[in-house]
Amino acid sequence: MALGGPHLATVLVLAGSAHWLAAGLAGLARPQGLLWIARILFPLGALGGLAVAAGGVAGLSHGPVAVILPLGLPDLPFHVRVDALSAFFLVLLGIASVGVSIFSAGYFRAGHGTAPGLLCIQYHVFLASMALVLIADDAYLFMVAWETMALSSYFLVTSNHHIPEIRRAGFLYLLIAHVGAVAILLSYGVLQAGQGDYVFSSMRAHPPQGWWASMAFVLALFGFGAKAGLLPLHVWLPEAHPAAPSPVSALMSGVMLKTAIYGILRVTFDLLDAPQWWWGVLTLALGLLTAVFGVLFAAVQTDMKRLLAYSSIENIGVVLIAVGLAITFRAYAMPLLAALALTAALYHCINHALFKSLLFLATGSVLHSTRERNLGKLGGLIHSMPSVAFFALIGALAIAGIPPLNGFVSEWLLLQAFLATPSLPNSYLNMLIPLGAAALTLAAGLAGYVMVKFYGVIFLGQPREPALAHAHDAGWLERLGMAWLAAGCVALGLLPLRTVAILDPVNSLLLARTLSETAGRSGWLFITGLAPERASYSPLIVFCGMLSVVAATFLVVRFRYNCRLRRGEPWDCGHPGLTARMQDTAEGFGQPIKQIFEPMFRIERQLPTPFDERPAYRATAGDHFWFWAYLPVARLTERVSRSIGVLQHGRISLYLLYSLITLVLLLLVVT
Amino acid sequence: MSASMSTQLINLFASLLLLIAFAMLAQRRVLSLIHLFAWQGAVLALNTTLVAFVTDQHHLYYSALLTLVLKVILLPWILHRLIDKLNVRWDVETLVNIPTTMLIGVVLVIIGFNVAMPISHLSATVTRGTLGIALASVLLSFMMMITRRKAVPQVIGFLAMENGLFFAATSATYGMPLVVELGVALDVLVGTFIFGIFTFHLREAFDSLDIEHIEKLKER
Repeated sequence: MALGGPHLATVLVLAGSAHWLAAGLAGLARPQGLLWIARILFPLGALGGLAVAAGGVAGLSHGPVAVILPLGLPDLPFHVRVDALSAFFLVLLGIASVGVSIFSAGYFRAGHGTAPGLLCIQYHVFLASMALVLIADDAYLFMVAWETMALSSYFLVTSNHHIPEIRRAGFLYLLIAHVGAVAILLSYGVLQAGQGDYVFSSMRAHPPQGWWASMAFVLALFGFGAKAGLLPLHVWLPEAHPAAPSPVSALMSGVMLKTAIYGILRVTFDLLDAPQWWWGVLTLALGLLTAVFGVLFAAVQTDMKRLLAYSSIENIGVVLIAVGLAITFRAYAMPLLAALALTAALYHCINHALFKSLLFLATGSVLHSTRERNLGKLGGLIHSMPSVAFFALIGALAIAGIPPLNGFVSEWLLLQAFLATPSLPNSYLNMLIPLGAAALTLAAGLAGYVMVKFYGVIFLGQPREPALAHAHDAGWLERLGMAWLAAGCVALGLLPLRTVAILDPVNSLLLARTLSETAGRSGWLFITGLAPERASYSPLIVFCGMLSVVAATFLVVRFRYNCRLRRGEPWDCGHPGLTARMQDTAEGFGQPIKQIFEPMFRIERQLPTPFDERPAYRATAGDHFWFWAYLPVARLTERVSRSIGVLQHGRISLYLLYSLITLVLLLLVVT
Repeated sequence: MSASMSTQLINLFASLLLLIAFAMLAQRRVLSLIHLFAWQGAVLALNTTLVAFVTDQHHLYYSALLTLVLKVILLPWILHRLIDKLNVRWDVETLVNIPTTMLIGVVLVIIGFNVAMPISHLSATVTRGTLGIALASVLLSFMMMITRRKAVPQVIGFLAMENGLFFAATSATYGMPLVVELGVALDVLVGTFIFGIFTFHLREAFDSLDIEHIEKLKER
């Protein structure tokens, strides 16, 4: 295999994965050596991330390269292939993992849960398995890597396994991951279409037709949806993300969910040849439901990591909306619009990988310095943790879709794609899909609301607990990790045209159509959705405008209008004597949402009466899906197993009798 | 020895085997059970020698020798030691009363013969008529394991079942390859040791060999 040229990408990615595995194994050499693991191995792991990202960049500039590895079972070697789609997701994985690895170097400490050495190998195996999922070119390697990913992340989630809730969360995650994996396996079974060959190239050459193709798609959507957190398979996400250590939550939410999006794109656009329009509409509808559901539940959470987990559900919904639109446009042979929607989906994927990882890392720093996850006991941390507050602000603004940061660009692109739906040649879709645009806008707006809550309650106002005064800022490695991700958010926000050009090879691979020339039609300063006369956006101009308005206001207020500088307690609105108990709480902030969207929640309230000595208020917002879909299934399973348990008497004679009866019956059947 | 003579002798041994199987099913005393088991082994060894002589299959001599050493001498000796140490020479009650057991045994024999009939027609060996008997004795030993309440008779039932299987192999195809037979013999020996250890532990834990005590080992 020659170095350089088209093979460079594959070599870099494989070297990065091998490097990760080696770093993980090196952790076992001194499982308790915290300095060795945290200060040496995790930063080395970040180098692996750089290699994978570089491999991805190289892969985007070349055509597909397939290699057969001398690994695997006899007569069943592993096939790997780096094409534009996997290269894009490799870039995403590499960039996000660099930030998270650097952060972890300063984050993991001794004391509780799994030994650092085990954590190190689980973490790096998790990273390597994600890279293998992305480059797998046969269903066999894909499933091996996919299950390795699920298992290693399960062990990472349950690293604090002494706590029963965490064990329960881990079990739920593992259960749904397996249900999903079975569906994916079945989908590959349908895709190989009786060929008996599970290599992707042979699936590509003989795609199933008609009903079978739809079946493969629905199974893949279900299976990958289980990993992505698609409604109604989302229940593990808000349990597992808070249970995991923060860097792991960041990786799971930022990168692992994206491997599921990768899987959906791989099956729908690459392995299946001609999508049908209703696949797109189904994905779109589920994506819309997921987005609105996720953001509503995020708004009523009081645990900061659960809030972020529900926000991840929302963002996955947004990505799936874009994917659904792309499928629909492709089914109606409108490649330019499909490319626009697909670009929006990919752009949002990498955006989410950056800002959600950043926010999870920020919660990790907060958690370390305050030991508190409950929003009701935080507040005012901007004073004691200024750098974490700054990076979290960038992440929060980005996720809320505020220009000039990156979240705005992808949502803007997605809305541009929505605005083009009236050109679809199906009158029902013409009428219904704009409603979806309205729902998407609702979700985007509420995401801003959620982030105001997240940031305001944690970092602004006054500390709600006296212990918060001792909070300290994050260490330099943690800050470096967050700065890396924050820089990514800013760069992707300010350079949309460059980003679209980078991910355009994916469009040309999957849709045989590129977007760069349309997007750059209004000059280098602007990004154009479809046509310059419809809409263009320039982050730099918006940024300069915002800066000048802020500067002008500041100058006017400072030097013309008032000219005095006065310091007051935060949020006191001019009334002196405000205490921490008087400021808005997380529950209070989410209350309007709880009222307006009451039917969406299963609310259990405990209200105090006027005669209570110590009045207490408690309200939980449960998930209807849990009560109407999961609990009945769980009860049915339990009942069936109990009725089978009747057979178990504990008497050896009876067990022997079962054998004898089976034997005699079989003998009688044979004759 | 003429062909008809040898066939009659083989049939005689086969019917002896079946008779001993029935006797074991009816026997309450542990000591007598061990004796019967040893007799069954002896009949098996004789039968195997005869088949080896008639058909000129040399490896069957080894099988016969193996059977003699293992099933007539070694295993009964181990079992004797076991019941001496455990002091369980006395009568043991069965779960189902003896006459009912015998009636069920008759039904099993009929089933065994019926099942073996088509195979016997296909087979070309001199011993083909005895396949039904072999199958029936397997089923009878199985039945014995089911109806006994104590651990030692169950072990003997298990060993007797292996005898039946061995006989079936001899009668259907002139025995299994020697490697397989050696393996099976080793299995049986190891199995007996494990059963012996297990019964000691059972007595230590519960002060009794009654397997009712391990009925607690279940979910609810």
